Amino acid sequence: MQQIINFIIRNKNFLLFLLLFGFSLLFTIQSHSYHKSKFINSANFLTGGVYNSLNNVSNYFNLKSQNRLLSDENKRLRSLLLNNQIKTDSAYVDSLMFDKSYQFYTASIIKNSYSLSNNILTLNKGKNDSIKQDFGVISSKGIIGIVDKTSSNYSTVISILNATISISAKLKKTNHLGSLIWDGDSSEFIQLTDIPKIAPVKIGDTIITSGQSSIFPKGIPIGVIDEFQLDQAENYYEINVKLFNDMTSVEHVYIIENVNKEEIKNLLSNK
Amino acid sequence: MNSIFSIHTIRFIALILIQVLILNHINFLGYINPYIYILFIALFPVKNNRVVLIMLSFILGITIDMFLDTGGIHAGASVFIAYIRPVILKSSFGTIYEHQSVKFNTVDFGSKLTYFALLTILHHFVLFSLEIFSISKIILIFQKTLFSSIFTIIISVVVTIIFTRKSK
Repeated sequence: MQQIINFIIRNKNFLLFLLLFGFSLLFTIQSHSYHKSKFINSANFLTGGVYNSLNNVSNYFNLKSQNRLLSDENKRLRSLLLNNQIKTDSAYVDSLMFDKSYQFYTASIIKNSYSLSNNILTLNKGKNDSIKQDFGVISSKGIIGIVDKTSSNYSTVISILNATISISAKLKKTNHLGSLIWDGDSSEFIQLTDIPKIAPVKIGDTIITSGQSSIFPKGIPIGVIDEFQLDQAENYYEINVKLFNDMTSVEHVYIIENVNKEEIKNLLSNK
Repeated sequence: MNSIFSIHTIRFIALILIQVLILNHINFLGYINPYIYILFIALFPVKNNRVVLIMLSFILGITIDMFLDTGGIHAGASVFIAYIRPVILKSSFGTIYEHQSVKFNTVDFGSKLTYFALLTILHHFVLFSLEIFSISKIILIFQKTLFSSIFTIIISVVVTIIFTRKSK
């Protein structure tokens, strides 16, 4: 017993180092798997508060460009609204208009990140605004990511520029399904895999979400095909997709809640 | 003792805030960021207890991780350099370190630069290995380590020069 205590006292530096390094490794490995990291995230009171006060100052610098984006979107929505009125005038009933299956919330990004290999963003909305895990996040131009952790006033978002998630996507023209995975290289491009060889792929084709995952509705724009090649087994295409969003300068985003998600989940788990 | 204690507390908080609020938004050429918070570990008094330094480095690293959502990579790298700091001190300062009389204001520039460079390169190598976490991308790890280290070394040397002049 005496010898054990002596050993611990003699090697206390090394043992402390091993212990703390072990902790860091544990946190690192946890952060590599989806939804696992427990307390080391930027949605807590301290870090969220610091980022929020910084954002209060820094968002004055790009007011002009963000305003232009928002007004562009308003213009588009207004034209949609007017077109819809014409439809309802002529005894045309769209049953989807009454059955609202997606709920939208607005939020703004208070911490952006795009240069790491697993990027996580922070938003200024949280549980108090009824934001929950696994809600989708989009901007006016396209897809941004999926909500991960929420605190009462802040939430973290797993960006699509994160090697740990994959999102179901399809070719707009032919409905061939594939999955989006980022290879960690450039913040402008994302990789689309599992598109079968038989699909007619052309440079410049649009990629949209497939609506199969119950997180994102169908048809949210993602990007256009920049280049493609067959994989090693020559069965599937590996496609490089140029994102519509400039991930380095997003600020205002929309959070999407799928109202029927519980129902879909229950159905799938009951089979 | 009291003034040394308060200087290090202020340095600790100031370096975290500068790192998180300014330096992480540089993203020079897409991914190159300086990580100068390791100056706290580099300039920690030599005579003080090693256990205290290792504990403080862990707290420093985990705070940075919390802000950046990076799991435990900064904590791991900081604890690592805090643990092997005596070896680096010995190899860059030699006999002055043996007599336990290293003062960072008075040592000559050459050995100080070696000291910073060794610490920074080791820290960045551990940091990016943990961040990328795959052996098949070893080239990317070396590339990131090299470019970010150059940036960090330049900025930390400039910062130390500015602040030592003032204190004289």
